[in-house]
Amino acid sequence: MNARRPLTGIAALSVAALVLAACGGGDDTTDTDAGAGATDAGAEATDAGAEATDAAAGGGDFAEGTTMAELAEAGSIRVGTKFDQPLFGLANLEGTPEGFDVEIAKIIAGELGIDEGSIEWVETPSAIREEVIETDQVDMVVATYTINDERRERITFAGPYYEAGQTLMVRAGEESEITGPEALSDESIRVCSVEGSTPSENIREYLASDDQLTLFSTYQECVDSLDNNQVDVVTTDNVILLGFVSQSDGAYAIAGETFTEEPYGVGIEKGDVEFCEFINETLAAAEEAGTYVEAWNATAGAIEGSEEPTLPEPDPCS
Amino acid sequence: MSVLVDNIDLFWEGFLRSLEIIVFALVGSLVLGTVLAMMRVSPAPPLQRFGSLYVALVRNSPLTVMLFFTAFVLPALGFNAEFFWLGVLGLSLYTAGFVCEAIRSGINAVPAGQAEAARSIGLTFGQSLGQVIMPQAFRSVVPPLGSVIIAMQKNSAILGVFGVGGDLLSVGNRLISAQGFAVSVVFLGVWVGYLAITLPTGALLGLLERKVAIVR
Amino acid sequence: MSTSVLYDAPGPRARRRSRIISVVSIAVILGLLAAAAWRLGQQGQFSPELWSPLFWPGDDDFVTVWGRVGTGIRNTLLAAAAAIALSLAIGVAVTTTRLMLGRGGRLPVVVLVELLRGTPVVVLIFFSGKILPALGVGLDTFWQLVIGLTLYNSVVIAEILRAGVAALPRGQREAGLAIGLTKRQTLLTIQMPQAFRLMLPALISQLVVIVKDTSLAGIILTGPEELLRIGEQLRNFFGNPLQVAILLIILFVTINVLLSRLATYVERKLSESRSKVSSDLDVDADQVADATTADDRRTDAGDASGHGRRVRARPGALSRRSPASRPTQSANSVGPDDRRAWRTTSPDNPGG
Repeated sequence: MNARRPLTGIAALSVAALVLAACGGGDDTTDTDAGAGATDAGAEATDAGAEATDAAAGGGDFAEGTTMAELAEAGSIRVGTKFDQPLFGLANLEGTPEGFDVEIAKIIAGELGIDEGSIEWVETPSAIREEVIETDQVDMVVATYTINDERRERITFAGPYYEAGQTLMVRAGEESEITGPEALSDESIRVCSVEGSTPSENIREYLASDDQLTLFSTYQECVDSLDNNQVDVVTTDNVILLGFVSQSDGAYAIAGETFTEEPYGVGIEKGDVEFCEFINETLAAAEEAGTYVEAWNATAGAIEGSEEPTLPEPDPCS
Repeated sequence: MSVLVDNIDLFWEGFLRSLEIIVFALVGSLVLGTVLAMMRVSPAPPLQRFGSLYVALVRNSPLTVMLFFTAFVLPALGFNAEFFWLGVLGLSLYTAGFVCEAIRSGINAVPAGQAEAARSIGLTFGQSLGQVIMPQAFRSVVPPLGSVIIAMQKNSAILGVFGVGGDLLSVGNRLISAQGFAVSVVFLGVWVGYLAITLPTGALLGLLERKVAIVR
Repeated sequence: MSTSVLYDAPGPRARRRSRIISVVSIAVILGLLAAAAWRLGQQGQFSPELWSPLFWPGDDDFVTVWGRVGTGIRNTLLAAAAAIALSLAIGVAVTTTRLMLGRGGRLPVVVLVELLRGTPVVVLIFFSGKILPALGVGLDTFWQLVIGLTLYNSVVIAEILRAGVAALPRGQREAGLAIGLTKRQTLLTIQMPQAFRLMLPALISQLVVIVKDTSLAGIILTGPEELLRIGEQLRNFFGNPLQVAILLIILFVTINVLLSRLATYVERKLSESRSKVSSDLDVDADQVADATTADDRRTDAGDASGHGRRVRARPGALSRRSPASRPTQSANSVGPDDRRAWRTTSPDNPGG
């Protein structure tokens, strides 16, 4: 029977590793940022006590069966946001994102009676934002998410909560040569943007050839490539670029004016009109109360060249 | 299924792009790998050490880190090239470490008597390697080298996200994310595309293997 | 030093030439490094604030950074462990099924194995990360990664085990059948355990491949926070891609070297307690080992791959070197595609 041992060994090893792995997954949720969707149980259990008081404030008064009631009941919410975008959603050293998007998400969560410790942040690069909503990996996406009709076919947008506009960023000193998107018809200029983002689609019409366009999954990679002379222009929304300019100690500059309008919305599951309306009301209330402007000033408003926004008129929910 | 039919040209372009990457990386990794293998068996200790250090580094760190180096660190050092070539370079540098080991194991599989005989009739290191050892080593190199090549073909799928773009997996990603097509159909297209590369290669190598196989 | 059979013990001229080559090659390598370092220095890459959060314990952020790195290492190892455990379980099942079924019956298994083996791991992670959620299978990203890795590695491991079974002397199976065990009992209690043992080093080097492949999560999935993702976050925070890449290489190489050491250790332990049967195999292996030069073994001992030591378990080398084991394979009626199995089970396989 001696010969049998290795097989028993495999089995034992398998079981041990799986148990370990399962424990590991559970541990993560205490950080809340781990992106671990199915392991909420532990977090919920520990939060239940803390939430009891909060729930009285916001959790109880939602109609049965609505998304709000479910979330308030659960006491936690999964929010998709960027992790690499200064001023809007940038992971800090602990791995928790910070920025205007994050503050907006906190305002919404707060109205549901969920404190920021119970928000689970899921990194959602541009290309997968619809996907994570459709496949129920997050409850909402607040990630510099431009509202457009194509996306509306797949998800529902609440908001907008901010109006941005696309522009160009170049190495400092080159803004006199590249003055706007029209300058990009020169085939030798290489442009960088992010896969699956609106700016990457918008910019195509200005380019002489698709070969000019390099696409990465995050803007940080574009900025690194700009630094390395691998590309000459990074294009996306003005506020995002302002964030990089402000971080760069004068290495980059904004070239020209904005040439599109990019209203940022909160992405939620398609057809969830009640949740959409709830978010719009929450945003309106936040502007009234001043927390909307506070959120801006604490994040994107802190840099030079940004203008204090006013909450745009909400689009009808559908 | 209409996604596949409607976008067949996109898939086709992605397929060709992947093939392009694979062909260049194949040449690159074979050349680099042979150079490395020669370093490792050469009489110069510093070259040997460099070779084994390189192999140890490459074999133990992920391809993603290597591609990160070629796409972001090399340009920072002033080595600017198109992302396509940087990606091909990264894949070649990575695969070369494994090619080197395959070749070296082939060299080691040649019986010692062969090298001794070559030396005893007065051949130099270069001559005995080139005329006696390598032709024999080639035969035992085919199977491990074949697996390295197939693995390289599969690894080529990673290049897309390092600025290369346009390859089969990137096409799949784009169809899903930007345009919201039925994911499973897109996946099927990507899958079939890669199988169309790896399975024939496997069959071909199997054939070659049987041809050159030696029974000692 | 130069004990390779490829060249003679060097005479005075050869020694001089070898010295010249050595000096020149050292000069070239150092020159390249110096040029790179100069270039980096010019760009201010050596400024301490880029390095110290990652490498200097006195830095304010050091503890936080390494807390995050610890999370990354933990998730990487957990994902790899879960993947190899699942792959082993499924691999055993697949191999058993394949070997138990007749020529026609095993066709679907063979086809499935070949299809999965011919697919890039990243495409299979793409499957588990995008297709499964679309089909309504809600898993967190950790398990998406594990499933993607398992889909690929279970068939690789199945092939490793099959190669191991095929490499056993035919007498093992015959003896099992002769004492009245069924085909299945023989396979599970006699052949598989030995095959597992024989292939243990190959299995551990597959673990190295899996550890490396966890970094593919960053390409397709939104999580988990494995090493590479943590590295990306650190890079975004400190803006130091080069330094983070160096840190990642150090970490991955350390983890994988330790794993390879483990493989070597386990192998030695096993060979100490080896039964008579597998020492038959050892004879062949020793021949192979002898064929490798002493110099070669030296470098390999220090080399993370542990290549030299693993020769015995390398079926490719084994089958080539030992005509005796050839008939064994066909006697086990494993099928005509044996040699392909050899190819992919070599630890030289870059994986992915």
